[in-house]
Amino acid sequence: MKLDSKIPSGPLAERWKHYRSTVPLVSPANKRKLEVIVVGTGLAGASAAASLAELGYKVKTFCFQDSPRRAHSIAAQGGINAAKNYQNDGDSVYRLFYDTIKGGDYRAREANVHRLAEVSASIIDQCVAQGVPFARDYGGMLDNRSFGGTQVSRTFYARGQTGQQLLLGAYSALNRQISKKQVQSFTRHEMVELVMVDGKARGIIAKNLVTGELERHSAHAVVLASGGYGNVFYLSTNAMGSNVTAAWKAHRLGALFGNPCFTQIHPTCLPQAGEYQSKLTLMSESLRNDGRVWVPSRVEDAQAIREGRLKASDLGEDRRDYFLERKYPAYGNLVPRDVASRAAKELCDAGHGVAPTGLAVFLDFEDAIRRLGRSTISARYGNLFEMYEKITGDNPYETPMKIYPAVHYTMGGLWVDYELMTTIPGLYAIGEANFSDHGANRLGASALMQGLADGYFVLPYTIGAYLSSEIRHAVPSVDHPSFVEAEQRALDFQNRLLAIQGKRSAESFHRALGKIMWEYCGMARSAEGLRHALGLLESLHQEFWSDVLVPGSLNSYNPELDKAHRVADFIELGRLMVWDALTREESCGGHFRVEHQTPEGEALRDDEEFAFVSAWEYHGPDKDPVMHREALNFEEVHLTQRSYK
Amino acid sequence: MENQSLRLKLRVWRQASSQAKGAFEMYELAAVPVHASFLEMMDLLNEQLIREGKEPVAFDHDCREGICGMCSLYINGRAHGPQRGTTTCQLHMRHFQDGETITVEPFRAAAFPVLKDLAVNRSAFDRIQQAGGYVTVNTGNAPDGNAVPIPKTDADEAFMSAACIGCGACVAACKNASAMLFVSAKVSQYALLPQGQPEHRERVLSMVEAMDMEGFGHCTNTGACEAECPKGISVENIARLNRSYLAAQLSGGGTSAVATSD
Repeated sequence: MKLDSKIPSGPLAERWKHYRSTVPLVSPANKRKLEVIVVGTGLAGASAAASLAELGYKVKTFCFQDSPRRAHSIAAQGGINAAKNYQNDGDSVYRLFYDTIKGGDYRAREANVHRLAEVSASIIDQCVAQGVPFARDYGGMLDNRSFGGTQVSRTFYARGQTGQQLLLGAYSALNRQISKKQVQSFTRHEMVELVMVDGKARGIIAKNLVTGELERHSAHAVVLASGGYGNVFYLSTNAMGSNVTAAWKAHRLGALFGNPCFTQIHPTCLPQAGEYQSKLTLMSESLRNDGRVWVPSRVEDAQAIREGRLKASDLGEDRRDYFLERKYPAYGNLVPRDVASRAAKELCDAGHGVAPTGLAVFLDFEDAIRRLGRSTISARYGNLFEMYEKITGDNPYETPMKIYPAVHYTMGGLWVDYELMTTIPGLYAIGEANFSDHGANRLGASALMQGLADGYFVLPYTIGAYLSSEIRHAVPSVDHPSFVEAEQRALDFQNRLLAIQGKRSAESFHRALGKIMWEYCGMARSAEGLRHALGLLESLHQEFWSDVLVPGSLNSYNPELDKAHRVADFIELGRLMVWDALTREESCGGHFRVEHQTPEGEALRDDEEFAFVSAWEYHGPDKDPVMHREALNFEEVHLTQRSYK
Repeated sequence: MENQSLRLKLRVWRQASSQAKGAFEMYELAAVPVHASFLEMMDLLNEQLIREGKEPVAFDHDCREGICGMCSLYINGRAHGPQRGTTTCQLHMRHFQDGETITVEPFRAAAFPVLKDLAVNRSAFDRIQQAGGYVTVNTGNAPDGNAVPIPKTDADEAFMSAACIGCGACVAACKNASAMLFVSAKVSQYALLPQGQPEHRERVLSMVEAMDMEGFGHCTNTGACEAECPKGISVENIARLNRSYLAAQLSGGGTSAVATSD
């Protein structure tokens, strides 16, 4: 298979402008006849659906939640980047582009990332016009904060609830189109199969999660905005329902999966407290603007803290190791996420951890409160502090937070070309569901930027390139044999799950999967561990399909069946991630192979051999996947070892 | 603290479907860790039910960090349970006593029919938003974000109103099952910002009309909504909505549909 990334030629800064001016257009009369399905209603899905409907396309949206407003974008806290240079601190489109390429450890496409930086400013304008209440300063102008991996202040925010406010903005635009009947919204529906007719994506089979019925929906194009797959680790900052099923069904039918092992472990999350725990809660990276990360310098002090014999406040400055400031003086506490996470793990592994489990470091606001006053800190982070206290019972104004890295975001996803189309014609992937813009590590406040860039400003143009050639085709009938077959596949899959009637819940398999992935495909990976994981995953796969217990019936409200369906797909995905991690014999960004590190313990890339996107082809649950390569050509940026020192 | 656990009796509402008649059932949990969240306690209950070959309890939940608004539950007679300013997913078991009996019901309101057990249908909220909870602006149509300065106090106040998570606790807590806090929060967000002004009157009238059509009750100013709102949305929003609604009616603004219904 030859991968055609369709990157336009010409100078980097002119490509998107030129593309937009030359891409085929669809006339308004024809747009009315063209139908698009959008799966997922987070930032990417809602913004795409609203924008496509505004253009005149007929759109159907699907979400498994009870309302489009509840998609997990809602939980994003810190902010959204944009190259506005409102702070006069030297920011520019080029700098945002450069920071994103470098932050991604040189494993993203230059052309995509430059386009992202170019449209970033328009996103802020659009959201302001929708009535998104961004933080403002006293003159009424938009305020900014700093985020990891940058030396400018370009992050726009709405307290610690930026994702919520941006999603509610996109949801309002979507609602306007629903009221105009340009969008039909299906809630509590999950895509369980993709339908292909004559080699093109032509519809989906959606399950009504309330009645259990399978429904057939046809369209000229299908857009997957179904989010990331961090829940393969069981414990993550994702919502409980976040899943890979829509993307995985597409993968099984031929959509290649890009860089599946590129996972982001976020450094500032609440540590796990017990076995019962169902998820890990993120504490926004923005806290690292004012919080200082430290552990006790001496292992004996750390042990005393773990055992409750000492408190953080008992240790003077000389007994504290502010390890990020020590190791990375130029960026200090604001190094990128992968670097901060690994440093925390290293110190905890060496015995400096502070929670009873030994797996936590301090995030301390004492200096900031002394410098700025409690009220300023409260205005900046009040809701985060409250959330911390609710969950842990500790007051972070008085005692430092305890944090530990947790799975947060997946840079990998369905492989897409410059137009955001997967390797299946007519099937698009946007937002976290695709692999495209963040390389091997995503910078903070860039996920919201990418989701909205794809949905508001990229897909509405690029989808025209495909749909302009589809005006001759009517939407296929849902009685077409391809729909009948796809529905049967979905039905068989669920019946198989129900028929097993084993002894273990889907949840228990999910936990077991998460343990394997975290242990062997988490923050540090080795060839030996990964090979071991492949064996464990094969056994887990067999056990699942012979011992899972799914209660209830098919045609009913049955969350256990839906969960089992998602876990089945996660187990297959886990295997692909391990394959990818094993094959990529280098360290880059969030992918850290212990065999490949500098003498100081930093990620050691191998640009000669691995400056490519791995795009995997599915051959069955028990067949080895096949890797294809898309070479990454850097014309603008000179590849160097990332240094934040 | 770490090893402490509770023995609990749970009185849980079970209802097979929206048409079926529901009833309470009693369950016992032997060891619930005090640091578990309420929903993690429900997970433990479901694990136990599955092991016993019984059907697990259906309940809504998703983000489990207090922001998506998907979780509901009426716990010991209170929406989202006893802790002020807290969603059910962020309520932790350390706030309950060993040996306690906890009653768990769905959010009850005519406009929120039960789907199954503790899960209810809140799509009425979406339909109210579709009636006018937006600014008419197409993608690509926006001026520079700093073109119109917005006083910090207005932006902050609009944010406070916009922080509503649409969970429906205000409706569940209200003896009239009124949705006034929910509707007024959205109306206020736009009313406080310059972007919301051109459509303000039409928005107020059509959102209130949609709310009435969905079968929510009237507001009698008891303030239960504010007390139970996990995000601290103020009843001042309701006052603002009432003023706006009156002004819109007096000025004869609004859509023809509303004008005829008046």
